[in-house]
Amino acid sequence: MVKSAAPKHSHFDTIQGRRRALNIINWVLLAAGSLLVLSPLWWMIITSVKTMQEVMTYPPTLWPDSWNWSNYIRTWEAAPFDLYTINTLTITILVVIGNVFVNSFIAYGFAKVPFKGRNALFAVVLSTMMIPGFVTLIPQYVLFAKLQWLNTYFPLVVPAFFGSAFNIFLLRQFYMTIPDELIEAAKMEGASHFWIWWKIGLPLTKPALATVAIFSFNGAWNDFLGPLLYVNDENLYTLQLGLQVFKGQMSTQWNYLMAGSLLVLLPVILLFFFFQKYFIQGINLQSGGK
Amino acid sequence: MGKIELNHITKTYEKDVTAVKDFNLEIEDGEFIVLVGPSGCGKSTMLRMIAGLEEITDGEFKMDGRLMNDIPPKNRDIAMVFQNYALYPHMSVYDNMAFALKMRKFKKEEIRRRVTEAAKVLGLEEYLKRKPRALSGGQRQRVALGRAIVRDAKLFLMDEPLSNLDAKLRFQMRAEISKLHHRLKTTTVYVTHDQTEAMTMATRIVIMKDGVIQQVGSPKEVYDFPANQFVGGFIGSPAMNFFEGLIEDGAFVTHDGIRLALPSTKAQELKSAGYTEGTRMTMGIRPENVTLQPPGFSGESLMPIESEVIVSELTGAETLLYSKLGDQDLIARIDSGLDLRTGDKVTLAYDMELAHFFDSASGERLRLGEDAGISI
Repeated sequence: MVKSAAPKHSHFDTIQGRRRALNIINWVLLAAGSLLVLSPLWWMIITSVKTMQEVMTYPPTLWPDSWNWSNYIRTWEAAPFDLYTINTLTITILVVIGNVFVNSFIAYGFAKVPFKGRNALFAVVLSTMMIPGFVTLIPQYVLFAKLQWLNTYFPLVVPAFFGSAFNIFLLRQFYMTIPDELIEAAKMEGASHFWIWWKIGLPLTKPALATVAIFSFNGAWNDFLGPLLYVNDENLYTLQLGLQVFKGQMSTQWNYLMAGSLLVLLPVILLFFFFQKYFIQGINLQSGGK
Repeated sequence: MGKIELNHITKTYEKDVTAVKDFNLEIEDGEFIVLVGPSGCGKSTMLRMIAGLEEITDGEFKMDGRLMNDIPPKNRDIAMVFQNYALYPHMSVYDNMAFALKMRKFKKEEIRRRVTEAAKVLGLEEYLKRKPRALSGGQRQRVALGRAIVRDAKLFLMDEPLSNLDAKLRFQMRAEISKLHHRLKTTTVYVTHDQTEAMTMATRIVIMKDGVIQQVGSPKEVYDFPANQFVGGFIGSPAMNFFEGLIEDGAFVTHDGIRLALPSTKAQELKSAGYTEGTRMTMGIRPENVTLQPPGFSGESLMPIESEVIVSELTGAETLLYSKLGDQDLIARIDSGLDLRTGDKVTLAYDMELAHFFDSASGERLRLGEDAGISI
């Protein structure tokens, strides 16, 4: 009895031992990968606290000689960043609201309201995803110029209220998982499609909506080309445009630029940490998982 | 009030698929109508047309005299219970039950009064604050019922509401729905594929097959006087036994030559109805009308036949005996007093007075004697 049990036990031990070894290898590989991914961030951080002189030294230092945290204050004071923050937030919030509600409404229609030519129309919507943004850049500029929207936020905000194919697709897929019975029950109970969308559709698609919100926040917050094209008035500048003050014709103040970039990056990082769960759910959604 | 008229209702899908064909039915206020039939017979489609979830291709649907065909579901004053309950997962039980009333802009106190009352009737008072996912199947089913009750609608529609419950709970909920109907007296149309549910709950049963009504009648009517072979076979469990054969010299003779003498009145009736010698027909006899012959006993209508037990199934109070009449399968429902084994020889008595005869070609039941006048 004891004899037969002993080899089994040691066998079990080696499996566990192997597993542990594998775990360690995995851990090391993942740690190395993370370091690689984090290295640009580290580079930004150390550059942001260096003096310009140290930035320019060769070979570059991986650990700054002195940590000049005051760079951050100087950066913030170099331009009206308070104003730029408010401007950027205004645009971002409007874009997020537009994207979340409008795309959800359209997606509900495509998923739950049967009408003639629905699939054909949906295919047309999806096909707009195939058009590269730069192709429409000039016609769009001409259009907004004719509307006399140049030097306003309209070109940056209004398109968000007209739906985007990717978000519509994402939300439609999510709506498809809601049983039709639920919609039918609500219909029988006296709700119109608008109310069904508002009272049942929106609450039940929260994870997908969070994903759309995060993506649009990222997009609008980090948008550089849009404001660059449509906004000239310095009072309307966004953070991304504001960072340009550190980039001169002759030289770039890398330390201030990095400090500014880090400050601008902060909300995005915080957002990611708080909504990590939804981020991952959303990305899973895209791959068709649930 | 909830008087329903369904006149010549037809539902055709694209590509000429007909789901419901010329459906005619008048439902009186307070009736409990059960639409029953095998899957794909059009019963659910019919229900969804009444609900307004499917368009009516042709025909008229009237409620209290008012034409309803083009009225959207939300204005029909019809409450529906769905197969998968269709509870709103993000709302509490209370909010689920209050949803319809909120949509109809009822006052808050009135909503509270109605929801608490319905919850009391259904024994859901303790669960009002819970979300549906924290409830058992039976409780969810009750919430779905509650949601229909609070509206005080003219008509209840139920689409296989018990099919997701386990056997014991189904049994219990069946009785509860019946009780509820007795109490509220709301006109109800109930769809099921389970003939037991149909038999136990309905005031009238509508049996459908391939989109066409086969028979409408009270449970007793459709059981005792099935309109055709399909109804005979569908209603009743285990199903009616059918034997192919013909009438010969005052007896039914199976196609392999076994003779079952008919009572003289029955033979006379067949004759006077025009079914003469040599007419091919199908005989139907229910399992409970084939009994074990007590030794030394014989009645005029009882026809004893020697048989061999193939399988004997004890179900508790009774035993189902699988055997053969010639080469045709037979099930008899007998008292479970006797311990019968495969291979045992028994004498089975066929009560020919209660046998039905069906036209072999059309499947229609031959109307004889006292029920010839009954229109079904």
